Amino acid sequence: MPNPATVSPPTMAAVRASGAVPNAEYLLTVENVRKEFPGVLALDDVSLRLRRGTIHALMGENGAGKSTLMKILAGIYTPDRGEVRLKGVPIRLQSPLDALENGIAMIHQELNLMPFMTVAENIWIRREPLNGFGLVDHRRMRRMTADLFKRLNIGIDPESQVRDLSVANRQMVEIAKAVSYESDVLIMDEPTSALTEREVAHLFEIIRDLRSQGIGIVYITHKMNELFEIADEVSVFRDGRYIGTHKSSDVTREDIIRMMVGREITQMFPKETVLIGETVLSVKNLSLNGIFTDVSFEVRAGEILGIAGLVGSGRSNVAETIFGVTPATGGSIEIRGRPVRIDSPTTAIREGMAFITEDRKETGCLLILDVLENMQIAVLQDRFVRGGFVSEREVSAACETMADKLRVKTPNLYERVENLSGGNQQKVLIGRWLLTKPRILILDEPTRGIDVGAKAEIHRLVSVLAKDGVAVIMISSEMPEVLGMSDRIMVMHEGRVTGFLDHAEADQVKVMELAAR
Amino acid sequence: MTTEHTANQASLAPVQVKTKRRLPSEINILLVLIGIAIVYEILGWMFVGQSFLMNQQRLTIMILQVSVIGIIAVGVTQVIITGGIDLSSGSVVGMTAMIAASFAQSAAWTRAVYPSLTDLPFIVPMLVGLGIGLLAGLINGWLIAYTRIPPFIATLGMMVSARGVSKWYTKGQPVSGLTDDFTFIGTGIWPVVVFLTVAAIFHVALRYTRYGKFTYAIGANVQAARVSGINVERHLIKVYAIAGLLAGLAGIVTAARAQTAQAGMGVMYELDAIAAAVIGGASLAGGVGRITGTVIGTIILGVMTSGFTFLRVDAYYQEIVKGMIIIAAVVVDVYRQKKRKT
Ligand SMILES: Nc1ncnc2c1ncn2[C@@H]1O[C@H](COP(=O)(O)OP(=O)(O)OP(=O)(O)O)[C@@H](O)[C@H]1O
Ligand SMILES: [Mg+2]
Repeated sequence: MPNPATVSPPTMAAVRASGAVPNAEYLLTVENVRKEFPGVLALDDVSLRLRRGTIHALMGENGAGKSTLMKILAGIYTPDRGEVRLKGVPIRLQSPLDALENGIAMIHQELNLMPFMTVAENIWIRREPLNGFGLVDHRRMRRMTADLFKRLNIGIDPESQVRDLSVANRQMVEIAKAVSYESDVLIMDEPTSALTEREVAHLFEIIRDLRSQGIGIVYITHKMNELFEIADEVSVFRDGRYIGTHKSSDVTREDIIRMMVGREITQMFPKETVLIGETVLSVKNLSLNGIFTDVSFEVRAGEILGIAGLVGSGRSNVAETIFGVTPATGGSIEIRGRPVRIDSPTTAIREGMAFITEDRKETGCLLILDVLENMQIAVLQDRFVRGGFVSEREVSAACETMADKLRVKTPNLYERVENLSGGNQQKVLIGRWLLTKPRILILDEPTRGIDVGAKAEIHRLVSVLAKDGVAVIMISSEMPEVLGMSDRIMVMHEGRVTGFLDHAEADQVKVMELAAR
Repeated sequence: MTTEHTANQASLAPVQVKTKRRLPSEINILLVLIGIAIVYEILGWMFVGQSFLMNQQRLTIMILQVSVIGIIAVGVTQVIITGGIDLSSGSVVGMTAMIAASFAQSAAWTRAVYPSLTDLPFIVPMLVGLGIGLLAGLINGWLIAYTRIPPFIATLGMMVSARGVSKWYTKGQPVSGLTDDFTFIGTGIWPVVVFLTVAAIFHVALRYTRYGKFTYAIGANVQAARVSGINVERHLIKVYAIAGLLAGLAGIVTAARAQTAQAGMGVMYELDAIAAAVIGGASLAGGVGRITGTVIGTIILGVMTSGFTFLRVDAYYQEIVKGMIIIAAVVVDVYRQKKRKT
């Protein structure tokens, strides 16, 4: 039902260029938007207003419809009903390009860079500076990137290939790319889920600077402290519905949670005291050429060992090496006192390990397959298979139970994982590994993109596993999570272990001191 | 500014509609098949004055003609599901046809390749043929898994070399005088039986076994599959080996049906097999594809050819139109998938 007053994008661009746009109070208004997917009503009569020069946080449980609304604003989905107004002018975006031309840029929840291209090429794609022959002027492109990075204070080589960057650095590139569009509205869908505190602080500087230039920022997050630190206003969604908007100075953490989940959540980190058993995993002088050196530690049954460190400290690499993804170039690994050689994930799994990786899109999800296929894939290594045949009934029952336990929001187990919200994808991956009943559980940013309620649930599950004698290694950039969950914290800096802290003595300051040494 | 909507607070139960497993995508392809058949039926009455479908002999010949393609396509589909491609199957058909036939010659034939090895029981050429196919597949798989060269290149090399072997083997001479024992598998409805049996076996394997689940997982995301503990290299070798084995089987059937083997047998079959798989819904990006779809895709190819002959369309036009129909079928499929996504 096209609105007669709808301005087509080229016109809007022209209007923008002439600078004649009325200075409406709201940069962007969304009114009564509805969006339905087969089997799911993702947005039901949702409204939102974004003021000029404000940071507007958007919160809600996994699957509440936050990303869906943002994708509508970014021209990826078209709403079934409702209206979007940009500076008071109704618009109907047809494509992401439309959105960019209208001054709306978005940083997506999942990374979207091309791994085999350089940072500079990724940033200026489709806008490459050309030389006199109509060819790409690489020198100018490099300089433009360098200027942009300097302005944003980012220290990444514009010429490096994206695939060589850490997840956090890729995220910074995404941020720089979005900023480079010089848009009026900037949408950030969980930009900090892969960042450590230091980059988060950096990002906040960037965001504050953009705000002071009058840009409106929609900021999606599951991290409550960020809300109070940076947001001016906060809107809450629940199950595809708009619940309300408040000034962030007017509300408490509890208010927000109540709006999000409709009930109280009491204990955030239900750390249980567990009888710690004998050493399960012992790592001695583990090294990977040029990445990390001489990493030694032990994890005991029932123990949760947290690993903290800044981006590039090699935390994830250590996890990958222990799990056999990138076999070590030096050192040794013992499991229950027995030396083992782990040269592939297959052997790691045979030794009772499980590994929830950091980048769910790259190394986690089988996006085009369904929830069931995603959940069962690891457990089929040694269970639910007889004579090569998968006992479909048993394995789906187990997956169903696990999905319920983790409260995965999906119409059914036959939904493509691609269609699940980010947090729910993460839950599917956690389920995949919990099904294998591991004895050693390695978690790399396990609650990335997971809402408060589900986060508490996952922490509870991990605690229960520890109680059953599972040895847990948990890498996390979220300080409260590491401090709250770990029995011991190992801190890394530039590929070396800089120290261990006990649960009792650890605090944010001590961890940061070791991490930044 | 504090606007809290409390109006529909009470009705905040999760909005979810329970739906069953999606309709199998084969339904669409089946409709395409039926559509093509109906078009021929109508054109038949209009221009030739007889029914296209109500002719059992025609239908039998039609499916016989594509059985060999179908056998290969079952293997190629599995390769495509892993995100790979197999260009060598047609050449492997030629190679195995030649070599298997050379072990199936009767003593009465004076120009046997191995005069001392004639009148062997059927099992010998059968095993030789399957063995050769398997070997070709293993080489493909090993190259792809361990040297990491792209499947397109590895199987392209095999395609050229295997064709070379079939020409070199008898210096271009056909291998004839095959025993009735051997040619039996190519007579009557047997090729169709072989095709449908193979299809049924691998349909079950892909749907219900761990082999199948791993095949789809690798195609969907190799890295994730590896982290999930799948030995990707070993699995890829298995998949290509099976494709080679089936090409070998197709070679045996081809030689048996023609009662002779020639170096040029199976030329371009690999493309028909890929077309059958893709028409049947397999995606060259990997992770998607089903044997049932491939079977229907194979039959579509057969119906097309048979229909052209029936309508006495010039052979030159046949190929032009066939190419267009293949593209049209895939375009429709891609379009349909895109529509489902947004
Ligand atoms: N393309 C799609 N097809 C089908 N369902 C979809 C699609 N995209 C989203 N959904 C569904 O719509 C609902 C809202 O998803 P959305 O991604 O907006 O959630 P979210 O609030 O961003 O959650 P998260 O915090 O986990 O990122 C979910 O139930 C999701 O499964
Ligand atoms: Mg989201």
